[in-house]
Amino acid sequence: MNAELAYKKVFGRPESLKDAHTHYCPGCGHSIAHRLVAECLDELGLREKTIGVPPVGCAVLAYNYFNFDMVEAPHGRALAVATGIKRVEPDKFVLTYQGDGDLAAIGTAETIHAANRGEEISTIFINNAIYGMTGGQMAPTTLVGQDATTSPGGRVPKLHGRPIDISRMIAICEGTVYVERCAISSIKNIRRAKKAIKKSFQCQLDGLGFSMVELLSPCPTNWKLTPKDAWAWINDVMVKTYPLGVIKDSTGYEDKK
Amino acid sequence: MRGSHVVGEAAVRAGCRFYAGYPITPQNELPEYLSARMLDVGGTFIQGESEIASINMVLGAAAAGARAMTSSSSPGIALKQEGISYMAGQELPAVVINMMRGGPGLGNIAPSAADYFQATRGGGNGDYRTPVLAPAGCQELAELTFVAFDLADKYRTPVMLLGDGLMGQVMEPVVFPDFIDLESLPKKEWALTGCKGREARAIFSMYLGQKGELYYHNLNLQEKYDRITASEQRWETVMTEDAELVVIAYGTAARIAESAIEELREEGMRAGLFRPITLWPFPVAPLRQVAKKCHKVAVFELSLGQMLEDVILSVGERAEIYFYGLPGGIIPTPADVAEFIHSSQKADGKVGRRIEV
Repeated sequence: MNAELAYKKVFGRPESLKDAHTHYCPGCGHSIAHRLVAECLDELGLREKTIGVPPVGCAVLAYNYFNFDMVEAPHGRALAVATGIKRVEPDKFVLTYQGDGDLAAIGTAETIHAANRGEEISTIFINNAIYGMTGGQMAPTTLVGQDATTSPGGRVPKLHGRPIDISRMIAICEGTVYVERCAISSIKNIRRAKKAIKKSFQCQLDGLGFSMVELLSPCPTNWKLTPKDAWAWINDVMVKTYPLGVIKDSTGYEDKK
Repeated sequence: MRGSHVVGEAAVRAGCRFYAGYPITPQNELPEYLSARMLDVGGTFIQGESEIASINMVLGAAAAGARAMTSSSSPGIALKQEGISYMAGQELPAVVINMMRGGPGLGNIAPSAADYFQATRGGGNGDYRTPVLAPAGCQELAELTFVAFDLADKYRTPVMLLGDGLMGQVMEPVVFPDFIDLESLPKKEWALTGCKGREARAIFSMYLGQKGELYYHNLNLQEKYDRITASEQRWETVMTEDAELVVIAYGTAARIAESAIEELREEGMRAGLFRPITLWPFPVAPLRQVAKKCHKVAVFELSLGQMLEDVILSVGERAEIYFYGLPGGIIPTPADVAEFIHSSQKADGKVGRRIEV
């Protein structure tokens, strides 16, 4: 066996990630989601033509971790900012990376209208059903009965309204070509999420329109669960409100099984 | 040509290739004009879903290196303040057109000028300033639109062009500056273009570091604002040389005042006009010089006294200050303003009032 074969690199940091320590809590889904995005960009050779827009929320500092051009957007406005970028530089690859407060509460209008215009942008939507950065307040996606600092004792529909399923709302828009909901809650689900992200990126490369991948993502800190229990909570509880799977696919792609 | 169309054509000639805006009266003729004109020049026109979305589309286009613009009227500008503050912090250039209407709230659609504070003090958060240009007529709308884009790029800052509903509607002949050559503009080395062949870049306004990062960021911004204050003040004087009383007015109010002054000159009264063109930076020293000589200034505004505060700060006790202002989009005639000037001259308090400093 020669040395080259003996020391073949089988795992490493994707080039689309910087060599940096993140501020994310132990067990947080962001680190995995970042890595999946970075792996997909690397595999499609997109890093050097990518311009990304992070949210306001836990991933607000994503430009310290992603190794490609990024511009900060005001809270909720990522898809408006991304629209401006994509229209000026249609040959660049433009993505937004947004949480549930950013995308499904304060930025609902920007999200729906960018999708409806069919902007050729890929959106990664991190749904952890809580406001993480600000310390565990009720999110638009907080489940009925889920405890949050502003829905103490659990979300009650009569008092707090019901969780919003923005992915299905986005899917109604004519300009949306692909929406899939995945989860960062098992090896299998993570692999599925990567496939979905890559497919969403392909939609943009092929100029099909708007696409979004929702990732149910663990927030052990604010859920007050261990990382392991947080994965279990996604698989046992969260998926009942947010079932996994393809919500819309008008790409015409034949999925390789 | 109609004022709003003038701004649209001038913007295109000044190299603007991205416009996003949301309909609001009295400035709709501008987006309507650009919705067609941008297609001619290969630019982008987007009717955003809101003023907030529109200013943030401009933010994105600016980050990608384009000369970008949005426009609105008073309540719409209130919504754009978030984006303006972010762009100030991110040091992104853009041009914001404001054709003012009556307020507060929905107010009315008449040509008020009650948003001097909003424009020059800003409604966004943080220690930032926005250069504000106040044209008085269609020719200047064309010229100052060019200036606005140049200032925005030179200092990497949002710049506001402050007109009013009347100026947007009025039709006057205009000689447009020639189209600029987009290739001749200085390269924006900071713009996001994808990181091929270089380190990845980030454009942001948040500085969480514990080593005074935000402190130094603000000091750097202030140093820039000081440079703008030192180099970019613009104003016009009309017949101030021998004037015993000088009217201070900007925009549409200055046009009315100029007519009044011409009439008074014919009557033999030595009146003049000082017209600030940059409202920020306010031409403090030039006004002070004029005030020292004439001993009496008369401030006329289409509001209840906003620029007046900058006049007081500039003039202090160097001259007697009189004020006459009308709210709610009421446009007085030159004769009304002439009465105010007479009244100020005689200090009889019949029209307007003396401002005690």
